[in-house]
Formats: sequence, C-alpha cells, structure tokens
Amino acid sequence: MELEEEVREFLIECAEGLVHLDQEIVQLEQSPDDKALVASVFRTFHTIKGTCGFFGFMTLSAITHVAENILDQVRSDQRPLNATLTGLLLESVDAIKAIINSIETTATEGPLDYADLRARLEFALHDMALIAAAPLPETTLPCTPTSTTDTVVAAPVPPPAPAAEDTEAHNRAACVDTTIRVDVGLLDKLMNLVGELVLSRNQLLQGTSQQDTSLLRTVQRLNVITSELQEGVLKTRMQPIGVVWNKLPRVIRDLATECGKKIHLEMQGAETELDKTIIEAIKDPLTHVVRNACDHGVETPEARLAAGKPAVGEVLLRAFHEGGHVHIEITDDGRGLDPEKLKLRALAKGLIRQDQAEQMDEREAIQLVFLPGFSTAEQVTSISGRGVGMDVVKTNIEKIGGIVDIANRTGMQGSTVRIKIPLTLAIIPGLIIHAQSAGEEHRFVIPQANLLELVRLEQDAGRTGIEYVHGTPVFRRRGQLLPLTYLNRVLCLEGEEFPTTPVINIVVVQAEERPFGIVVDGIFDTQEIVVKALGRRLKGLTSYLGATIMGDGRVALILDIPGLARLSGMASQGRDTRRLDNTTKKSGEDPQSFLVFSAGNYKRVAVPLALVSRLEQIESSRIEHASGRSVMHYRGQILPLLHLASLLNDQHASESMPDANAQLIVVGEGVRQTGVIVDHIIDIVEESVTFRRRSEHTCLLGSAIVGGSITDILDVAAMLTMASDSTQVTEARTVLVIGEFASCTSMHRSFLEMSGIRVCEAHSFEQALALAEICEPAAALLVSNNMPDNSTRFITVARNGGIALISIADKHTLPSDHFDANFSMNQREELLHFLTTMPVAAGSKQ
Amino acid sequence: MNITQERRKVRGESVQFATFHVENLFFGIEAVRVQEVLRYQEMTPIPLAPKAIRGLINLRGQTVAAVDTRCTLGLPPHPGPGGPMNIIIQTDDGPISLLVDSIGDVLEVPLNSYAPVPDNVPAHQRELIAGVYRLKDRLMHLLRAERFLEVACH
Repeated sequence: MELEEEVREFLIECAEGLVHLDQEIVQLEQSPDDKALVASVFRTFHTIKGTCGFFGFMTLSAITHVAENILDQVRSDQRPLNATLTGLLLESVDAIKAIINSIETTATEGPLDYADLRARLEFALHDMALIAAAPLPETTLPCTPTSTTDTVVAAPVPPPAPAAEDTEAHNRAACVDTTIRVDVGLLDKLMNLVGELVLSRNQLLQGTSQQDTSLLRTVQRLNVITSELQEGVLKTRMQPIGVVWNKLPRVIRDLATECGKKIHLEMQGAETELDKTIIEAIKDPLTHVVRNACDHGVETPEARLAAGKPAVGEVLLRAFHEGGHVHIEITDDGRGLDPEKLKLRALAKGLIRQDQAEQMDEREAIQLVFLPGFSTAEQVTSISGRGVGMDVVKTNIEKIGGIVDIANRTGMQGSTVRIKIPLTLAIIPGLIIHAQSAGEEHRFVIPQANLLELVRLEQDAGRTGIEYVHGTPVFRRRGQLLPLTYLNRVLCLEGEEFPTTPVINIVVVQAEERPFGIVVDGIFDTQEIVVKALGRRLKGLTSYLGATIMGDGRVALILDIPGLARLSGMASQGRDTRRLDNTTKKSGEDPQSFLVFSAGNYKRVAVPLALVSRLEQIESSRIEHASGRSVMHYRGQILPLLHLASLLNDQHASESMPDANAQLIVVGEGVRQTGVIVDHIIDIVEESVTFRRRSEHTCLLGSAIVGGSITDILDVAAMLTMASDSTQVTEARTVLVIGEFASCTSMHRSFLEMSGIRVCEAHSFEQALALAEICEPAAALLVSNNMPDNSTRFITVARNGGIALISIADKHTLPSDHFDANFSMNQREELLHFLTTMPVAAGSKQ
Repeated sequence: MNITQERRKVRGESVQFATFHVENLFFGIEAVRVQEVLRYQEMTPIPLAPKAIRGLINLRGQTVAAVDTRCTLGLPPHPGPGGPMNIIIQTDDGPISLLVDSIGDVLEVPLNSYAPVPDNVPAHQRELIAGVYRLKDRLMHLLRAERFLEVACH
C-alpha cells in the first residue's frame, strides 16, 4: 500500500516533468545554445531515470539512461543538438509516456521493450564522433570562440552552472511550495458550501436589519467575507489556457515535419484563465483547429516562396478576456479558404443544391465547412482528415455555450478561426423570470448568454402588441416579425391560455442564432447563479439546462433556450427573417401578404400568408410513406405531404427528394393540415392583387402580378382536398361573415376557408341581406360589436330562412338570446365543430 | 439475493433496515443506503418531468429530485396534513429523495426471515419489491430501489 502511494507520487512527478519536456525539446531545437534549457531537459530525464531504477522499471530506466547520456554530451558541448537527435529524444519521450501510462493502468511497464529505439539511441550515443565530425567543420568558425572560452574556463564552469541550477532549482522549489494538488470534486464541494454560506448570510441579513447595531456590523463583515470567499473559491477552479497550449508546439512540430512544411507557432495570452471544466472541453477542438491550420492552411515552403511569402508559415494563437467571455483566435497566414472550392465540394457531397450555391456569398460559403460530412482536403491525410471535421469542433464548442466562427483574413492571406466561450460553466449570470399557473408561481432562470432584450407592453400595446400569423403569436420588433412562445404553455403549466393582464412581458432570446420571444408573467432581476446538473435521471428533459438555488434557499430551474425553442416548435432552421420586411407597398384597397416560392418549372408561385400556418425546413429522411402517400410525423400528427413540383408537372418529376433538406409550407389547421413541399422560398410580398387570370391547372387559382412579376397563385383549398382522406371532406357549407371592418371579417374568412367552408363577407346588414339571397348561407357569423345600421330585418330574414346566428364578439348590442351560439375569438376549434356538425335547418335551401 | 447474502442468511446474520410507511404498506430499505431522513421540504416542481418526480429540494446546496412513492406504486396522493417525509438514499447518480407517508424505526432483521414476493401481488407492484421479510407482528416489503427509480423516472 505504501509502495503504491509512492509509485503514484512518482507517476505524478513524471507527468509534471513530461508536460514541459515536449515543449523544451522543441525550443531547444530552435535555440540549441540555451544552456539552461539543456540543463532542464537533462534534469527531467535524470529524475525519471533515478526514480524508476529504484522501482525496478527496467525498460524505462534503460531508455532514460541513454537519453540522459546523449543530453550529457550536449550539455558538455561534446556534440551539437541536431534534428536527428531531437527526433530521437522526442521519440524517447513518447516511449516514456506510453510506459508511464501502462504503469498507471496495469502497474507494469507493458509488453513492449522498445528494443529498436534503445538500439538507435545507443547507436546515436556512440556514433557521436561521426555526427560531431560531419556538421562541426562548417560550424567550427562561429563556434570556436565560444567553445574555446568554454574550454578555457573549463574549471570555473562547474561553479556557475550549479549556481544557475541552484537558483533555478530554488525558483522551482518556490513554485512547488506555493501550489498544491486538489481534487476537483473537493473544490465542487467547497463551492456548494460557499453557496450555502451565501444563503445563510442572506437570511441573516434580512433578519438583522432592524436589530442592534453591533450585530448588524458583524453581519455586514460576514457579508463582505462571504463574497470574497465565494470569489476566491471560484478562482481555485481557474487554470491558464497555457495548460492546453503547452502540447501544441510539439503537435505542430510533428505535423510540419510530416508534411514537409516549416511552421512557426506564436502564442499570446497563454495566461488567460478559464474554468477547469472548460479547459477540458476545448482541448480537443482546439488541437483540431490548430492541426487544420497547419495541414490545410499553411502551404509548403516552395508554394509559399512562389506566392511571395516567407518560407516559414506563421500560426498565431491568441487568447483574451472580453465581456465576460474568453476569446481564442487561431490565425494562419496560409492560403485561406476558397469559397468556390468549398461550394463545389458541398455540391459534390450533396450537402447543398445548385441554386443555394449560387446565392451564397463568401461568408456563407466559408461556413459550409461546419456542415457535417464536409472535409476540404483533397486527399485525406493522416493528420486532419479522419472524418472528424469542423462540425464536431462546432458541436463541442456549442455544447459549452460557445460560438465558433471562421473567416478569411481581410486584406491578408490566410484564415482566422475565432472561438468565443464563457469563462466558467459553474457560475453564469441569469435573468430570473416567473410563470404563473393556477395559483402557483414558478421561477425560472434564463441564461444571460441567450438574452437579447426585454420588451414590456403596457395598456394599449399590451392588448394589441401581439399579433397572429395564422394562430402563431408574433410581435413586431423594430419592423421585424418575432415569433413568440408562451412559457406557461410550452411547459404545460395550467393557467390562462391568453393572459388578460394589460401588461405583457416578452423576453427576447436567441437560440441557434435565431431570435424569438418568450412571453412570461413577470421579470425579476439578473443574478449570478450556480449551475447544478439535473442528474442522469432527468437528462431527458430538454427544456432545462440545470437547476440553481436561489437566495431564499429554494430551487429554481434554468431554462435551456435552444431546447425550449425546439419544444415550442420553432422551425429548426429559420428562414432569414429579415426578408419578411421586404414588403412592397402599393396603393390598393386591400393589401394582402403573399409568400412567394418556386416549385419545379414554376419559378414564382404565391400563397396568401394568412393561409400559411408554418414554414419548416425538414430533413428528407423524415419523409415517410403510408398507403401510397408521402407523410411525415409532425408534432404528434401524421401530416400528409404534397410534392408541388410533381403535381404541377403532372407527375413528370420524380417524387423522390434527392436533397438533404426539403422546404415545407404547412397550410391549414388541426387535422386538415397539409405540408406542401416546394423548392425554394423567395420572399414575402405585401400588396393588393391587381390582375388575375384563371388557370386551367387544378393546383393553381390563376396568375396575378405579385411583387412586380407574374406569379401563379396556389389553390390552398385544392391542396387540402387532395391531401385529405375522402371521409374527412365535409359537405361544403356557406357561412356569411358580417362585420364592419374588412380586416376583421377576412381574418375569419381565412380560417373558415381552410376548413373547407365557403365564406361570404358582408360589411353591413344591408349587404348581408342581399348576400343571404344569393349565397344561401347555413349560418351567419356576427363579428362586430355594434353595426351602424338596423339588424332587426336581417335577423327576421335569418330566422325565417333557417340561418343559424352565431356571435363572435364579447359584447353585443343585441341580447344574447338572439343567437344560436356564442363563441369567443379564441374558440376556433369549437366554432368549426359547431359549423360542421350543426344540422342543416329545414328552412334552409341547402 | 446473491450468494454472499445467501451464505450470511444460513449463518443467521441480520441486516439493518430503515423502514417507512406508504399508505398501509410497510417498507424497508438497507440502512447503509440511506443518507438521511428529513421532514417535509419545500419542493420546486419540474414542469414536463415524469409525474412521479414531484420536484427538486435543496439539500444543503445540492439539488435533489424527490420521487413520489405513492404515485410510483399507483396509489392516490397523500391526503394527510404536513406533507410527505423525505428519505434521502444514495444512488450511482447522486442522492435521490423518496417521499413517504411516515418514517419507521431502523430494524435489525434476520436474513433468514426472507420470503419471495407472493405470486398474487399485482405485476406492476411486484417488480418494485425484491421480497418480503416476516417480522414478528407484520411483513416488511423490501424495496427494489433501482428498479423503483427507473419506473418513477420513466
């Protein structure tokens, strides 16, 4: 047991030495005259050799012994250190690492005896004359003075050397004295305890505010100390990023040698501190990016010289703190990224379509490298083409709440990868919000990293601020439509569907670079919170990042914004929302919004936006087939799909979707929802339709000029009929919608039409009377509160004609017993149910 | 029952069990697995979580999920005043709290009083119970904690 403890100590010591060894040997190659460096490397080997001999690790001892002897020769200037020797030494370091690993896991040196390496080391040791003889003559002249002085002061040399060693050893000893190895678990526990202390302090502060002053003073001192303690404990988890960077010089050296390149690595800001957990998380992505920069970025010396650049390539690593984040930049001065080449490759791999490629600008094209299954190297090298691409880097960085971006350097050659990551995962600033449900108040935390802004709508704005794009709430945020989600609905908290409070709080957040709004019941303040994992058992809950303990000692859940976005059905990949504002306003009586898209040979097809319930970009693999139809599992329903291009071309085009992604327009509501697959969404245009020509095609209503070009208008009703089962098709009924304002009636019109009901609109009772004669409605819908003209005559006609009278408004000038049914604005499903199931009255001519 | 336990049973050894009541059922769980017992704690409900997970409690700075034993066993909610008690047990994934009606004594139970679950116990309850110990005056159900949590978190 005691021996085991000692072996572990030896292993830790070795590991400490080896971390520096790699770096030092590489440095030594660049500055072979650095005596202190040689001494340091020598010492590390020496220490390992000495201790491992004591434990009886013979292979390890043999390797380190020869390596030490070679270094001894270098140290005493008997031979220079050349590339061959450096390579050999590095190889020894690798062997030592492997053996130490083996000792750590199996307590033995492992099956390999490294005979080959040992033989080569031995050879190099005794072949000294040969090596020394060959390169020395050339370097004799510049070397002579130093070597002579060295030999002259051969006797006095030892004293200064030990002196230097002594001071350094002293420094090192001082270093060792001030650091101590602590288990991260212990730090986590300390952190918890400090959190608890903060809590108790808060409670104490509240309790003592009106009591005697001496106690108050003590409590306040406790307050300060606790804050400092918390800060201090947090700091213990921090490590300089240099910990990860240390191994990079070696990585680059090996890489450069392998590809025959010359690369100089520069590091700035290695002292930048990061949380231990983040350091662990960025280790692999960072190494990968640096490998990429060397392998794909920096060219061969010949190519560089031909391009007028110095033969030695530069790779710059930079780290710095900014705005609560750590920025890491990896810059190379190589050939940079070729957008055209990237596009071609993505096309060849089937990741994008031709038309997508044409529309991409340089920035977008460069972002292609983050697509899964993308690898730019023409030939897969052993270094960076192992199928682990930039997409993995991106996912890993995003997993810890970071952002990664790649760009060509403007005005210079080469490219830069920027990584932005939070300082720590343990403590994050968060906004405390609450959601109400039947008498209960739930507190949640939204991470500040996801937060864009807060919007508060009061009084009038509160009532009218939220609008609906076919049932989906949206908010106009500086002219852009912001999709909204109600927190209590997403989380299935029982409460009022549409809160009647005059104040609406919207938290604007960003998930996957796409903003959306969360409607909450209240906003408190921002706080630094300690993130605690929910545990494996609750991992399935995508809506939470974790939990935290609030100042009052209660637990609050931290919302996972991307998870919440997915949960609330925000399209996984959003369209560029800025395009929604490209509205072309034209003088017209009734402007309408159209969604313009292309499908097959039809380059411009439009559908009224009011009839569109959603736009989705889906993976083609999600499309399934059931009883000969294309369908898709969509929000717990089976969504029938129509491939518009095939329909328009009379089944000419194949139904199969070669593309990875399909653009889907979801029309209709509830069970009558249908997905129309189109090629490309072009724009959203708001204007009144000025010209119409009827179309022969069943899928199209006709043509009109939309957005200045001839555009075909999609027949949504036909789409719905085509997609729905014959049993579902109800007998078409006519409903007369009566309302003073066109905006009001047309809103009802759209959703009734979508449900297969014919609609007539009347803006006065006079008009309604006339229409009742012509279109023989089964029911009349009164949507306005008070109409100017007299309703009595219409009501009499309706009664006699067997027309059901339905009220939609909250208050009517007419007494409610005049109506056959009353519905509020939100009771769409109920209204539809009533309309489709009500018996056809005897008096009606239908 | 594994082999060592079988051997210990033959030797007439006994094991300490922490006991608790749920409705009219009397349960036991190995005392070594129990970290602590707490009276009713305020909980933060987790929307969208499995029904049996009643919420999170703050256990001295640690967040611990509380599992409703009644709900998992298919029993009606706790009617009495005061709310359920917490038995904090240790699992591979950190501590978990079991919400029970009331806490009983820690009993020294001889291993040879063990009997398998009778066949007529409803299937969904049988899988949660590892066996029965015949005590002097009553039967103690041995809770199969891992399976129990699995069912609760499903």
